[in-house]
Amino acid sequence: MEIKVMANILDKNDQIAADINCQLSAKGIFVLNLLGSPGSGKTSLLERTIVALKNDLRLAVIEGDLFTSKDAERIDRHGVPVIQINTGGGCHLDAAMIRNVLGRLCLDELDMIIIENVGNLVCPAEFNIGEDAKATVLSITEGEDKPLKYPLMFKQACVTILNKVDLLPYTSFDLAAAIEDITSINPRITLIQASCRTGAGLQPWFDWLREQVHNKQARS
Amino acid sequence: MHEMAIAQGILDIVVQEASQNGADRITRIKLRIGEMTGIQPDALTFCFEALAAETPARAAELEIEVVPLVAECQACGQQFGVERYRFFCPACSSAEVKTLSGRELQVEHLEVE
Repeated sequence: MEIKVMANILDKNDQIAADINCQLSAKGIFVLNLLGSPGSGKTSLLERTIVALKNDLRLAVIEGDLFTSKDAERIDRHGVPVIQINTGGGCHLDAAMIRNVLGRLCLDELDMIIIENVGNLVCPAEFNIGEDAKATVLSITEGEDKPLKYPLMFKQACVTILNKVDLLPYTSFDLAAAIEDITSINPRITLIQASCRTGAGLQPWFDWLREQVHNKQARS
Repeated sequence: MHEMAIAQGILDIVVQEASQNGADRITRIKLRIGEMTGIQPDALTFCFEALAAETPARAAELEIEVVPLVAECQACGQQFGVERYRFFCPACSSAEVKTLSGRELQVEHLEVE
């Protein structure tokens, strides 16, 4: 006997993600899913972001990591609420993992939650976790071929931060090719060139985040 | 290896469908997997076989149809297969391009006994 199904395999995850987004939207909280390879600079970007925005915006961070709490410890030093999720070897966060920890945050006292996903350019792109937007960090030292090798990560993102541009003179990274590939995968993407080590070039990123928070609060 | 999570999703769907239809054994599962998903069919099959071992789907054969990445230009209406992930219209160069297919992760049907 043949049974017609036509079911989306990720429906269950997407439904939980939609519920999370609905719950946080009612509170006017903007949620960002921060993606990128291990070592691309996601946590450094977060630290810069917290220092720049924590006096005006009420932030919290959810840290996804395979086994350790090293990133959460870095965030904790900046005095913002941080929750660690260890996936125990799992290559991505999923919506149920986020739902399970949301009760530990004071949602009435937040403007923005940044979720740092597990370092990986493949798997996290496929799983919505309740975010309003995804941002992908790509660093110069990874090579300009990565966007075409991992296109979904750049297609799904609203912003790509091209990090470690201070290292451009010391590498053979082809900046023009990287920009062309990223914008052909995603013509609407906002591309920001920055160095999280020196802090140079990050102002457009802070402005973009402030604008998203403002828009979210205006809609709620 | 998010194929493990996808394989678990497939297993949950097919075991539930089989049980609702009073079937004891699933023999075949037809999947539609878009070209622009991060799924490796071989890895998916491997994960599924491992997860399905103790279930009514243990002997099921996975048939995977890879759905091509196709887009439509919102400016001139041209439909085109997206090559090298270039989301610009090949006819008019517009960037107003909508993805029509290639992102599927679906169970289409199953065969049961």
